[in-house]
Amino acid sequence: MNSLLAAVLPQEGGLEVPVSGKYNVAIGLMGLLTVVGVAAGIHSLWAGHEHTFGVSREVPWGMLIAAYVFFVVTSTGLCIVSSIGHVFGFANFNPIAKRAVFLSIATIVSGFLVIAFEIENSWRMPVNNVIGANPTSNIWWMGTLYGAYLFFMMIEFIMLQLENHKIATAFGLMGLLTGVVAHSNLGAVFGLLNGREFWHGPYMPIYFITSAAMSGCVAIIFFTYLAYQFNGWKMSESMRESMASVAKFGALMMAVIIFFTSWKMITGVTGNPPGKYEAMQALLSGDYATNFWIGEVALGMIIPFIIILAVKGRSMNALFVASLAGMIGIFFMRYDLVIVGQLVPHYHGMGLVDYPDLLTYVPSLHENLVVLGGIGFCGLLFLMGEKLFRGHLSEDH
Amino acid sequence: MKIDELEQLESEDLSTITSTERRKFLKMGLAITGLYLGGSVLSLTTVRSAHASSGVVPEPGQYPYNPHYSMVIREKLCIDCERCKAACVETNSVPEYGFRTTILERRRALTAGEHETTFMPVLCNHCNRPPCVRVCPTTATWKDKETGIVVMNPSRCIGCKTCMTACPYNARYFKEEIRAVDKCNFCYDTRLSKGKKDTACVEACPADVRIFGNLADTESRVFKLIHAPDTMVWVLRPETGALPNVYYINA
Repeated sequence: MNSLLAAVLPQEGGLEVPVSGKYNVAIGLMGLLTVVGVAAGIHSLWAGHEHTFGVSREVPWGMLIAAYVFFVVTSTGLCIVSSIGHVFGFANFNPIAKRAVFLSIATIVSGFLVIAFEIENSWRMPVNNVIGANPTSNIWWMGTLYGAYLFFMMIEFIMLQLENHKIATAFGLMGLLTGVVAHSNLGAVFGLLNGREFWHGPYMPIYFITSAAMSGCVAIIFFTYLAYQFNGWKMSESMRESMASVAKFGALMMAVIIFFTSWKMITGVTGNPPGKYEAMQALLSGDYATNFWIGEVALGMIIPFIIILAVKGRSMNALFVASLAGMIGIFFMRYDLVIVGQLVPHYHGMGLVDYPDLLTYVPSLHENLVVLGGIGFCGLLFLMGEKLFRGHLSEDH
Repeated sequence: MKIDELEQLESEDLSTITSTERRKFLKMGLAITGLYLGGSVLSLTTVRSAHASSGVVPEPGQYPYNPHYSMVIREKLCIDCERCKAACVETNSVPEYGFRTTILERRRALTAGEHETTFMPVLCNHCNRPPCVRVCPTTATWKDKETGIVVMNPSRCIGCKTCMTACPYNARYFKEEIRAVDKCNFCYDTRLSKGKKDTACVEACPADVRIFGNLADTESRVFKLIHAPDTMVWVLRPETGALPNVYYINA
């Protein structure tokens, strides 16, 4: 075990994380967030979601599902971005690949942490998922495949550390395929619900994959810049080139998402399709308009797209601003997608008295804390990864 | 590096890959894709072959179960006394924050500023193609093979609440006391299995709104009611394709 660890952890070379007060404060802060989040989660399991969460019978999925989706979309995206270099051999994407593989593990683990507190009896999952396996359930496929995905990505990462590129590539490909199928099944968890008009249809799985590719680009720019800036490292020319390529690929994905979103909106309002129209109005001009126009459209699509095009991917500071806006915007996209899809009440359009036109959901303190805990845990893994793996530098091969 | 030096280098592009290697790679990719595609296709098949006909009421003789339990609701007779709700709560220990059945109020404008109010009892529709059963990752909920009742095994439930999201009828809620989703089961455990012939809500109804019985039995009252001439029969949210077994009639 020790010899494996010694082989996996680089002893020299790469970039050293200077031990500083700043580093310790950052680790401490992320650790604290994690501890508080986990404590809030355990308290919720103990006291019952009925008392601690903002979810209800009518809106059973809240911000934790949105955060889970955010993390796994990012993870799948990072896997896609890493595979462009490692699996498909586009050398320009190699410099960011090791960090992307590591972060795809960090983000999915953080997603699992959050979902563990969203599921009321998560401890029953390991056994019941096996003895009660339901092949017609998308959520079963999604969970099972993401488990396999995590395994493949971890083997890929270890093999990369051991410089065994052949096996790393094979596992990278398996991770990619599993991730894509798992992720499209996550889209299908929503898309195959006939009773939820806002989600129903082929759009969700397609949107999820495209959106993952976009999220992966944004996330790797965000974390790479942070790592270099925080530790005072200087970016090599090939890294800058790589970041520019990732940014341009990200901008292309943003263009696709802008196109998708436009048509989703247009089909949602044209002819007032029942059930869909009300949800769409909540986004366009109702309670969720700020989330949609400022969060999703401005921060998540337009601002990063324009910045990347304006600097042609060359200014690292500008790319960071674009990725920061993107990360925040993407969180809004996940939140709106999950929540707004549940807001139209079941018996809508029947002329019922004392029946809401649109349901409401407000995340509770506990839910906010668990989400912050997930973000803290992800940050903690990121910081530790930079130190342990010396800046995830890729050897030339 | 100069251009002519570059030209001396061995090419690293795809042309150097042998066709055997290319085929091996393709085969591996296809095998993996095929495996997962198989899984995805499997997840699209329905839980049980359900019978649909041109209308919402299946053709006689085409009921998948026997007894094929169903409920007919004569909604114009409902006076919203809520005795059904009270009986359900008592029989099935339904907590304060939840319900297995409830009554909705519908209003329609008539002439001269008047309104007509109809009360509409709702409950689990025990669908022939239940979305909740399809989505459950741990088969904690299923259609009983004999009666077609959608039942729950609380100890199998992980509390992911996908069934609650999938149900078109808002028939499910999470019951903290048993740490599982709870729903109407036509009083299967509390009454039917003990030899009683109807549910608590049916017994409590003073206006004969709710009629419970076996649709597969052509002599039953439910069968006769929904196959009677000049009767308007409808179900709630038929567009979801769930094929519900709770029928509403205007007689």
